[in-house]
Amino acid sequence: MRKGIAMKYETVIGLEVHAELSTATKIFCRCSTEFGAPPNTNTCPICLGHPGVLPVLNRRAVEFAMKAALALNCEIAEVTKFDRKNYFYPDLPKAYQISQYDQPIGRNGWVEIEVGGEKKRIGITRLHLEEDAGKSNHMEGGFGTLVDFNRVGVPLIEIVSEPDIRSPEEARLYLEKLRSILLYTEVSDVKMEEGSLRCDANISLRPVGSTKFGTKTELKNMNTFSGVQRALEYEEKRQAKLLDSGQEVVQETRRWDENRKETVPMRSKEEAHDYRYFPDPDLVVLHISREWVEEVRSTLPEMPDARKERYVREYGLPEYDAGVLTASKKLADYFEAAVATGADAKSVSNWVMVELLGYMNKNNLEIEQVKMTPQHLGTMIQLIEKGTISGKIAKTVFAEMLESGKDPETIVKEKGLVQISDEGAIREIVLKVIENNPQSVDDYLSGKERALGFLVGQVMKETKGKANPQLVNKLLVEALKQ
Amino acid sequence: MSLLVKRVAEIHQDLRNKEYTVAELVRESRKRIDAVDNKVKAFLRLNEAAEEEAKKLDEQLARQGADNMLYGIPMGIKDNIVTKGVITTCASKILANYDPIYDATVMERLNSAQAVMMGKLNMDEFAMGSSTETSAFQLTYNPWNLEYVPGGSSGGSAAAVAAGEVVFSLGSDTGGSIRQPAAYCGVVGLKPTYGLVSRFGLVAFASSLDQIGPLTRTVEDAAYVLQAIAGHDPMDSTSANVDIPDYAAALTGDVRGLRIGVPKEHFGEGVDPEVKERIQEALRVLEGLGARVEEVTLPHTEYAVATYYIIASSEASSNLARFDGVRYGFRAEEAENIIDMYKQTRSQGFGQEVKRRIMLGTYSLSSGYYDAYYLKAQKVRTLIRRDFEKVFESYDVIIGPTAPTTAFKIGEKIDDPLTMYLNDILTIPVNLAGLPAISVPAGFASNGLPVGMQIIGKAFDESTVLRVAHAFEQHTDHHRKRPAL
Repeated sequence: MRKGIAMKYETVIGLEVHAELSTATKIFCRCSTEFGAPPNTNTCPICLGHPGVLPVLNRRAVEFAMKAALALNCEIAEVTKFDRKNYFYPDLPKAYQISQYDQPIGRNGWVEIEVGGEKKRIGITRLHLEEDAGKSNHMEGGFGTLVDFNRVGVPLIEIVSEPDIRSPEEARLYLEKLRSILLYTEVSDVKMEEGSLRCDANISLRPVGSTKFGTKTELKNMNTFSGVQRALEYEEKRQAKLLDSGQEVVQETRRWDENRKETVPMRSKEEAHDYRYFPDPDLVVLHISREWVEEVRSTLPEMPDARKERYVREYGLPEYDAGVLTASKKLADYFEAAVATGADAKSVSNWVMVELLGYMNKNNLEIEQVKMTPQHLGTMIQLIEKGTISGKIAKTVFAEMLESGKDPETIVKEKGLVQISDEGAIREIVLKVIENNPQSVDDYLSGKERALGFLVGQVMKETKGKANPQLVNKLLVEALKQ
Repeated sequence: MSLLVKRVAEIHQDLRNKEYTVAELVRESRKRIDAVDNKVKAFLRLNEAAEEEAKKLDEQLARQGADNMLYGIPMGIKDNIVTKGVITTCASKILANYDPIYDATVMERLNSAQAVMMGKLNMDEFAMGSSTETSAFQLTYNPWNLEYVPGGSSGGSAAAVAAGEVVFSLGSDTGGSIRQPAAYCGVVGLKPTYGLVSRFGLVAFASSLDQIGPLTRTVEDAAYVLQAIAGHDPMDSTSANVDIPDYAAALTGDVRGLRIGVPKEHFGEGVDPEVKERIQEALRVLEGLGARVEEVTLPHTEYAVATYYIIASSEASSNLARFDGVRYGFRAEEAENIIDMYKQTRSQGFGQEVKRRIMLGTYSLSSGYYDAYYLKAQKVRTLIRRDFEKVFESYDVIIGPTAPTTAFKIGEKIDDPLTMYLNDILTIPVNLAGLPAISVPAGFASNGLPVGMQIIGKAFDESTVLRVAHAFEQHTDHHRKRPAL
């Protein structure tokens, strides 16, 4: 289906992403921003919009926004200001949101994504700072609406992309990249499920080759990255169908219904709000010195793309593995801490990519919840390298480390898992196995190589897996040839 | 003679000399309120705890004395300044039951100076008006003639001081709301430089213009009250971080060599000949004291009222949007849905004048009109500011009448908003430029009503404004006259 659309139409998508900044206090008052506190406990006269209160800008929020803007390759404004966006809603106490209208903190940035092996830049039009609204809980059965104002005044950044995105898949890749970059800067938790990352999308179609934009619709209420992709795919099809049949796309805002897997009209262009933006007279113009910009820039960590490149260059990892490891800063930090113990980077990568990520996915854990320290993982890999334990035993040790958080040497000692590398001891068992399995010996001698595997297995079984597998192999072959 | 016509400094000395107690002083204030406020109607609400507070202050006075000049002084607060635990209504039905959970910064400062609040004072609803007639609750009457308005919007604040109910009061001034009622009631009213006094806890009308200031019987008292409330407040981003001088020390009585600019536009059409005469007499007094008086021009004055009504109404339309019936204040019953609740609450909760300005401001900010109105007004505001800057290159103060006429009769202008708006033509430009200005009594017209003289100064130069006002006051008797109530 998508292929069919793509032959006829070019899809044009732009995304507006809101991310909550993880400052300790709100943007215009001193209330805590802690998520999950009992309703209306993180509030004060200021964020509740009582008569006579005034906002005072949180400097940390400005720094966090600048940090994000710099990480997204934006230019930082020298002069910026705050504006009021006026509209009535019960969860907006002042009936205006303090935002930035025409002088955002950041402009003209970009993010690089990889689509089908090709690198592509998605432009960032602007990044601005604003305050969040409260949360309305509509009670079922007509019992009214309860409003929780804890979230009011939590600092947000809004990141507006250029209409550079050409498919729903690119939209998802862009979001994943954005998330990764924001995680690296540590200015936001970027958790879509907790609402600290929200995304609206603009989408239009135009005939292939046309340079004029088609009529767009705005999509809201997508709660996951894949939800964004699905909503865009649905909308792409819907618009193509309309255009195919000679109808026009109506400019409107549509809501994604995750249960029905479709977009439904929310409000038309005529019903669109006139927000009556004007400069907030309660706040002063903010001058951002270039020294301040450089100070913030110096706090930026190595960004995911640079880190990935370094992993390929320095550790010789495949692009794919380097990409997975560096997608999250915390995972990459974990990986590097394990390598720092002296363990082979490729081995560490393998253990992390296969065993650790598998375990985390299965148990739905974040890396910071894993009991096994990176130092323990590194030590375990070195135990393999030194031949103290076999790769097979290592899996037992690994499982135990995840379970108990104990260090690998203790586990090996406690469970008696040290590898048997004593040739005499292994030879004795090899001879015993040969004696007990004449059929397999005959098979091997008559050219059936597979029988060797069976015999190795028997030796490992006798030693409870502790025999050094290379030695077993060598000694078996020697014994069989005699 | 009532204790309450004494100067702040005199009362302070009396209290220290144990001539009388704070409790006696506060009782005196309460007695006067009980005696005359049924005629003047300056108070919306009395602070029933005042006598209790006074007793505590007496105990403390006996124990450790009193250093602060305002210690134990009975005063009143305009009802748009938030007072913790004392209903604050802005003279609006929509806040009729609003019980604040915090104190305005000026209240914290007056509390720490240990002045005693006697109650909350009437005003035009949300400070929108020039006569106190738009109050949702009551009219306030001019103590000099009860058929006349006290001016506005701080009409209650001016009338309470003029009637001797309190020693001083606080008002707020967005376009003349301290100075014009001070002029109409024959008292001193000071609008400080924008940013000198914290706006935290002043219910916003027009954020870029609002300033809190004192209304007093003498210039010296104004200096003491200003001393207590001025200064940087970290809770107000527009509060200036400037050094606060000793204002009382500036009252030297010396104006020799002072350069006074008299704008010809402030003596133009619509200014009552008797008002002009009083001001010209006043200027001769200052000349006699060694000041130099010259005519100057503020060429953009004629655009000030239009500019003001666009900017102030635009900001007000947004500032007053929070009164939506959701969290506090009045909520209309039996609304069908949320939109209906908003509409009914605001239709029933706001008065005519407030609604007029919300609509005016909403219109000015609407897309398609923003550039023609709001943005244009901001540009004119800059021109008006430059007019003043230019004059202040060569002059120390600018002097003219505070208002074009003396007080008008109750009901005379309330149905004619444009005429009402023109009443503020001489005070509005000062707010647009953010400058300090004072109104001092300059005599009476033949109708027996007071005339006020406005002295405008450079930004943050309250000291000079007060010095000139004080020198004039010391050489005239206008401020000693009392209304017969």
